[in-house]
Amino acid sequence: MSDVPVLELKGLTKRFGGLTAVNDVSFKVAEGGISGLIGPNGAGKTTIFNLITGVYKVSEGSVLFRGSPITDLEPYKIADGGVTRTFQNIRLFKNLSTRDNVLTACHLSAHYNLAESLLRLPRFRREEKALAEKAEGLLQIMGLTDRADVVANNLPYGLQRRLEITRALALDPKLLLLDEPAAGMNPDETEQLMRLIGEIRNRFELSVLVIEHHMDLIMGVCEHIHVLNFGCTLADGSPESVANDPKVVEAYLGAEDER
Amino acid sequence: MDYIQGIAILIGINLIAVLGLSVLTGFTGLFSFGHGGFMAIGAYISAIFTARLHLPFALAIVAGAAAAAGISVLIGKLTLKLKGDYFCIATMGFGEAVRVILNNIPYVGGARGWESLPKLTNIWLVFALDIVFVVITWNLINSRQGRNMVAVREEELAAQMAGVDVYRHKMIALVVSAAFAGVAGALMAQYIQFIRPTMFNMAKSTDLTIMVIFGGLGSISGSVLGTILLVALPELFRSFAQWRLVFYGLAVILIMVGRPQGLIGGLELTPSGIRKTIAARRARIAFAAASKAAEREGIE
Repeated sequence: MSDVPVLELKGLTKRFGGLTAVNDVSFKVAEGGISGLIGPNGAGKTTIFNLITGVYKVSEGSVLFRGSPITDLEPYKIADGGVTRTFQNIRLFKNLSTRDNVLTACHLSAHYNLAESLLRLPRFRREEKALAEKAEGLLQIMGLTDRADVVANNLPYGLQRRLEITRALALDPKLLLLDEPAAGMNPDETEQLMRLIGEIRNRFELSVLVIEHHMDLIMGVCEHIHVLNFGCTLADGSPESVANDPKVVEAYLGAEDER
Repeated sequence: MDYIQGIAILIGINLIAVLGLSVLTGFTGLFSFGHGGFMAIGAYISAIFTARLHLPFALAIVAGAAAAAGISVLIGKLTLKLKGDYFCIATMGFGEAVRVILNNIPYVGGARGWESLPKLTNIWLVFALDIVFVVITWNLINSRQGRNMVAVREEELAAQMAGVDVYRHKMIALVVSAAFAGVAGALMAQYIQFIRPTMFNMAKSTDLTIMVIFGGLGSISGSVLGTILLVALPELFRSFAQWRLVFYGLAVILIMVGRPQGLIGGLELTPSGIRKTIAARRARIAFAAASKAAEREGIE
């Protein structure tokens, strides 16, 4: 494990007109770690994901990925560089099969150009074969092989989530951002997901930053937690210290004297 | 016989333009109502090469395609950052602009048209080019570039997050479609031997788009089928004179109401394409049965 954090936010701020959605937020995600980003609805968690991945332009501050700035790069370049994500409301390539969803995302492992595609030159054939094998391998690891031919839209909800994670893994990311992966899941599925996140981290040697409302998932799987409220940092530390922080309890449950 | 051959040539020429548009509209999800403009560029540039400069036809076709592709890069730079309908409207403006500009160039005949061009297009050339273009289109769609285009059509934001350069792939699709339209225009000019700007108006552009949609978005075989049916259909009803356009319209409306995905949208009529469709259907049925069984077990 190196000392350089895989992700570092420095004074990150985002304003939409007069509304400051994210205000001067700074935190780090340790290399190889699983970190959590929590906070009440509207705290700015997904906005931070959108800032990291370049979907929104940053108003102030900077995002460092493995020590180098990625602030305001084109989203696809950030993804190329090794930061991938899933979405709160699942965004799959709905009309494609499970296999094609993963295969499409494997494209960065191939380097043949357009002319080689049009004429099917040897490099095209060689690399296409490698891509197909990679996609099959990923489906196998994630337990989706028997659903490989199903059109993504027809998969049950839990497997759609799983496919979205698989698709993100196809880019060989160094940092995986999960936006409420357990949304709409029952306790059983949530526990499965917890185990899956741990396995993914170990097997693919990556770091994870996860947004979640399921406290048991966050407390069970995260090594470090950052708490937001109204766009500002509320607390930052280990799960235990955060859970016992009176400010965090107040933000979630209301202040004591109000009750 | 000549009459049948004439229809076959028209089908073959239109097919090349429709294949290109299929890449743009069917696979990348960008609608255009200006591809008649790219056909016009191909037609006029190639006619200058053959009738004025007396250069070989092959060179004229390449020049027509290159000119259309070159212009499409400019158009793409200006419009591809636009979202959804705005791109569509911009292409419509482009098509009309090309027509009006051509109306005002006496060197190529202006609005009256340009007649007695050399007849260089024949059925064998068209047939051979059709095969080449179907293969090229097929190869493109079944490559990483093609899959990225489909990803852009399906879910632009997710495509970006999967490392797809959305702008670049839209540009590839636009340039490919423009070059194909340029080739079709060149063949058309040297077949009919007479061109004038109104031949490439918005009605022509719309015709091409309708053929893609009629055949089915996201299907190369659909585009082939759509072109054959929609070019041949008005000919079949030619004896009904004005009524044939009504039949044409009726056929399009029936398809849109009955099969909004087009005749064979998203499906390819090849052995592997059919296998894939059957596999997907089987997988869905098997899965539905399995979850029903699981439900029953749960109840008992």
